Amino acid sequence: MGGLQKKKYERGSATNYITRNKARKKLQLSLADFRRLCILKGIYPHEPKHKKKVNKGSTAPRTFYLLKDIRFLLHEPIVRKFREYKVFVRKLRKAYGKAEWTAVERLRDNKPGYKLDHIIKERYPTFIDALRDIDDALSMCFLFSTFARTGKCHVQTITLCRRLTVEWMNYVVTSRSLRKVFISIKGIYYQAEVLGQLITWLVPYQFAHDHPTDVDYRVMATFTEMYTTLFGFINFRLYQTLNLVYPPKLDSKAESELKAEHEEDYAMDSESYLEKLSALSASLARVVATAEEEEENQLDQFPADGEDLENMEAREKEQKEQEAQNRLFEGLKFFLNREVPRESLAFILRCFGAEVSWDKSLCIGGTYNVTDETITHQIVDRPDIDKQYINRYYIQPQWVFDSVNAKMRLPVEDYFLGVTLPPHLSPFVEEKDGDYVPPEKLKLMALQRGEKHVQEEEEDDDDDDDDEEYNDEVDDEDLTEEKNLKKMEDQRSQGKTLAVKVTPGKVKPWETGSVGNKVRLEKEEKAEEKRLAIMMMKKKEKYLYDKIMFGKKRTTREANKLAAKRKAHEDTSKAEKKQKKAKKQ
Amino acid sequence: STLWANKSTNLQRGDTASTIDVSVLDIRNTVGNVPMEWYQDYPHIGYNLDGKKIFKPIRNKDELDEFLDKMENPDYWRTVHDKTTASDIRLTDEQVDLVHRLQKGQFGDVNFNEYEPSVDFFTNEVMIHPVTNRPQDKRSFIPSLIEKEKVSKLVHAIKMGWIKPRKPKETTPQYYDLWAKEDPNAILGRHKMHVPAPKMRLPGHEESYNPPPEYLLTEEERLVWEQQDAEDRKLPFLPQKHSCLRAVPAFSRFIHERFERCLDLYLCPRQRKMRVNVNPEDLIPKLPKPKDLQPFPTTMSLVYRGHTSLVRSISASPTGQWLVSGSDDFTVRFWEVNTGRCMKTLEVGGAVKSVAWNPNPAVCLVAVCFERTVLLLNPSLGDRLVVSSTDQLITAYEPPEEDKEQAVTWALSEGLEHNMGHRLTLTHPKAVKQVVWHGKGDYLSSVMPDNSSNLQVLIHQVSKRRTQNPFRKNKGLVQCVSFHPLRPYFFVATQRYVRVYNLIKQELTKKLMTNCKWISSMAIHPGGDNLICGSYDCRLAWFDLDLSTKPYKMLRHHKKALRGVAYHRNYPLFASGADDGSVIVCHGMVYNDLLQNPLIVPVKVLKGHQITHDLGVLDVTFHPTQPWVFSSGADTTIRLFT
Repeated sequence: MGGLQKKKYERGSATNYITRNKARKKLQLSLADFRRLCILKGIYPHEPKHKKKVNKGSTAPRTFYLLKDIRFLLHEPIVRKFREYKVFVRKLRKAYGKAEWTAVERLRDNKPGYKLDHIIKERYPTFIDALRDIDDALSMCFLFSTFARTGKCHVQTITLCRRLTVEWMNYVVTSRSLRKVFISIKGIYYQAEVLGQLITWLVPYQFAHDHPTDVDYRVMATFTEMYTTLFGFINFRLYQTLNLVYPPKLDSKAESELKAEHEEDYAMDSESYLEKLSALSASLARVVATAEEEEENQLDQFPADGEDLENMEAREKEQKEQEAQNRLFEGLKFFLNREVPRESLAFILRCFGAEVSWDKSLCIGGTYNVTDETITHQIVDRPDIDKQYINRYYIQPQWVFDSVNAKMRLPVEDYFLGVTLPPHLSPFVEEKDGDYVPPEKLKLMALQRGEKHVQEEEEDDDDDDDDEEYNDEVDDEDLTEEKNLKKMEDQRSQGKTLAVKVTPGKVKPWETGSVGNKVRLEKEEKAEEKRLAIMMMKKKEKYLYDKIMFGKKRTTREANKLAAKRKAHEDTSKAEKKQKKAKKQ
Repeated sequence: STLWANKSTNLQRGDTASTIDVSVLDIRNTVGNVPMEWYQDYPHIGYNLDGKKIFKPIRNKDELDEFLDKMENPDYWRTVHDKTTASDIRLTDEQVDLVHRLQKGQFGDVNFNEYEPSVDFFTNEVMIHPVTNRPQDKRSFIPSLIEKEKVSKLVHAIKMGWIKPRKPKETTPQYYDLWAKEDPNAILGRHKMHVPAPKMRLPGHEESYNPPPEYLLTEEERLVWEQQDAEDRKLPFLPQKHSCLRAVPAFSRFIHERFERCLDLYLCPRQRKMRVNVNPEDLIPKLPKPKDLQPFPTTMSLVYRGHTSLVRSISASPTGQWLVSGSDDFTVRFWEVNTGRCMKTLEVGGAVKSVAWNPNPAVCLVAVCFERTVLLLNPSLGDRLVVSSTDQLITAYEPPEEDKEQAVTWALSEGLEHNMGHRLTLTHPKAVKQVVWHGKGDYLSSVMPDNSSNLQVLIHQVSKRRTQNPFRKNKGLVQCVSFHPLRPYFFVATQRYVRVYNLIKQELTKKLMTNCKWISSMAIHPGGDNLICGSYDCRLAWFDLDLSTKPYKMLRHHKKALRGVAYHRNYPLFASGADDGSVIVCHGMVYNDLLQNPLIVPVKVLKGHQITHDLGVLDVTFHPTQPWVFSSGADTTIRLFT
């Protein structure tokens, strides 16, 4: 044993990591500034593999950053801006204290600011990278744009967020890239496909916020600062791809239409312009005026064979479906009643090619009145309406959402005024086999395949018919459902490693020799074989196997629970129906 | 010094209050403003102005005096007790009046008028004459020259373009095509390592404002949800159903959730986790089908009933016609294998720990051990010739000339015992647990587990009635022993190790590490190169003696402690019995080719024994010629699986 003695924690993982406090000291920043920097630069802590080694033998809980990350932060020009700002605040305070108002004014005018452009470029070297990461930015901006201007954050931020979200919605409308929508209890989810990227965002309902006290708005504001910069650049680029003018301008034709009436109602020109844009009822101005936007972008046909051909066909089919969905509401004329959420509905309807209007008192930009005879659908969200026109459907807003998700115009009967609505399903759920599929989804899938809505009609008939038939049908349904349940249970029990008991004096089934017994026997034999093979598994694999099987069992259990709950619900509702009927008679 | 100060203030107060003091004698106390309790134990209560003690009144007033005073004294109500002088003071009328006024909140002084008209300090009327009559300066009328100079300088600077008006600050951010010169090669190395934040989970049906009824929580589920901690909840929100979109309220935790997402984005360590995506069927090893590995016992065919207590040990005769069993009910029973008939029952003087049938087909001898005795029996079953030749073999013994002292005493049975079948009795110094025959049938080994001595294993030679103690040292508690079927090796299993001794060279050849906590049983493959060990910690270890001293395979098939293991003499089978009441039969093929490892496939789980007192199967043994397995259990039965 010779050579230099190795010192502990001077090489290896201990030197690759740095604790938060040390990093902060190295950067000479306050904790708040350090946080801000991390948020802006997208630096996050790392969990070392051997915490004790990195922590130099201590097991105290600490946050670790990669030393490389911190070194990378050292060269950030924004750090200097932070320090300048700190100095500025100090000077300002001093000037205030001495009541030197001219100095205060001068300082105010020279307030140091910074730009995040280079950080955005650095974090997202390609446009697609940026687009991929825009989900959170969208949700955040939509949230901030709904804030009241009461000092929770800067008014400029709120207006900027509003402007950017309006721009985004206009882009989605123009590019017709909305795919899915979902009304949840939190807000409305939208999913758009922009340049091949699926982008999902959540918009809260239009209510005043009850600002929580345990939320650090500074953190949120820092995120928003970063997001607005990113979002603006993305919007710019997206508008460019569609040959639209940025910042967006209304089409000259549309502008003149809108200008004619009620201009004087709005005090400020800049504000009214944003409002007009946010009304989403008019198309945007383009850099190069195209004659009509509908140029079919056909896929180039390449000679291909075998699998490629199949793929190609599938892709073509998909594209056709997509185009059909984009024209879902084309030719329809909608009118929104006062009580429905105007912005979201106008946005969705416009995305799928419909014409929308609303009451003049509701918002700027309505193009026609309730009295217009050409209106095909009026969206109403109240139990009844006084004056009804004959030549239009009065439907509830859920129809629009469900139709978009189903990629087809659903039958309007289920969504008429005062009708109990069918459940609203999430379009984001993709059931794998073994998962529970709600019956409504099955019905919908049948409808999409083009099958007639048979069962429903039958049920209606039955309601008119005798009770007996009705009963029969119920029984049938029950039976099928029970079968399903049984099947599920069987599937579940197959996975179990329950040993078959050898009971004394049992006559073996092959002696009886019937076909069913043989099948069962074979099954049993197979199960036993599997059991024995499982016994021979290695410990590691056995653990993994058990884990997988446990997960599978849990999913089936949950699915069964849901199915049973559904069945119980249906039973009770049917019993109630029957009782009502009996009472009537 | 504080005391002095107190005294002086008291003195002053006394001076000012002298008008109130009405006592005839001037007995003012000088102790100051101190608690008078301090003087409780003294006869005096302080000092007067002359420094003389003020004594307490001789008789204190008690309750009765107080009461009488209250009743009789008309001035009682205006009498005040002065603690400092311990005397009663009758208040004068003025004093009483003062007290009354103060109680009412009035001024103490009777003559004070609180409603006097206020008089301004300065007059509020404007005088006709100014305070000073100095005329205004001229400089207050003409413009300032200095200012003019300054202004003209500024004007000149503006004219020359030195001073420019401030540019209005750009408040709205400017956007441009940031990715105009996109260079995919310019991506930083850091960026390649970057782990993008995972996207938010997409909502399921339960988050809908109008979900299907099965997704709504029932009353109990809701209660459970409310009682759970926020982290334990499966759903972070309560599913709700609203009849129409208009009825949907604002989500109260919206800002919270957004904020939590922000925290996740900048505070959570990110890691790439490899998700194992395996088909569980692929994990199951591909083994040959048990069907192809037949024959092996599959069904229970016979139950041998008769014992009244747990059957510790069984052994089959080399011909396979008979079976001997030893039980805790102090009996040894002989059974006919094919019929299940009990041929013979022998009472012995203790719980039988182990029985072993002599493997030599030319000899009909059974070794039985109970307590400190090993009994050699001739059951007189089967071929008469064999039976008589066995007897002859025993009687043909001639004692050697010089009698050596032996560890056990050999005794020949005679008379009644002889008729019962007893032939030789070996009385050991300690309780015997196991007896094992050597393959040739002449040698016999017995185990007396004892942690403290080297006399644990004995090897007996029946023909010469000689006993040897092969070990000089104690290497731990011996669990069981066994002879090598072909070569002169001897296997001794202690708690954790199996030691293999060469009997001719008298040395240790191998020490096998079993990785078990406590070995219960051991069996040696008829080929002699493989060995299995059962242990109380539910494991069965298969050793390939040529391969390593560590187990070639550990089988954890049983749920409870293993009690017995056995190899089949001809077929590639081995069986293990355990406390979970099952016997697991495995196919254990050993190849002559040294390069090929043994193939071990479990082929059958045989159940039948009831578990009594947490004990299931106690011993297993194979039929010498047929692929049948016997098992004896704690439920007093012996079972045959064919």
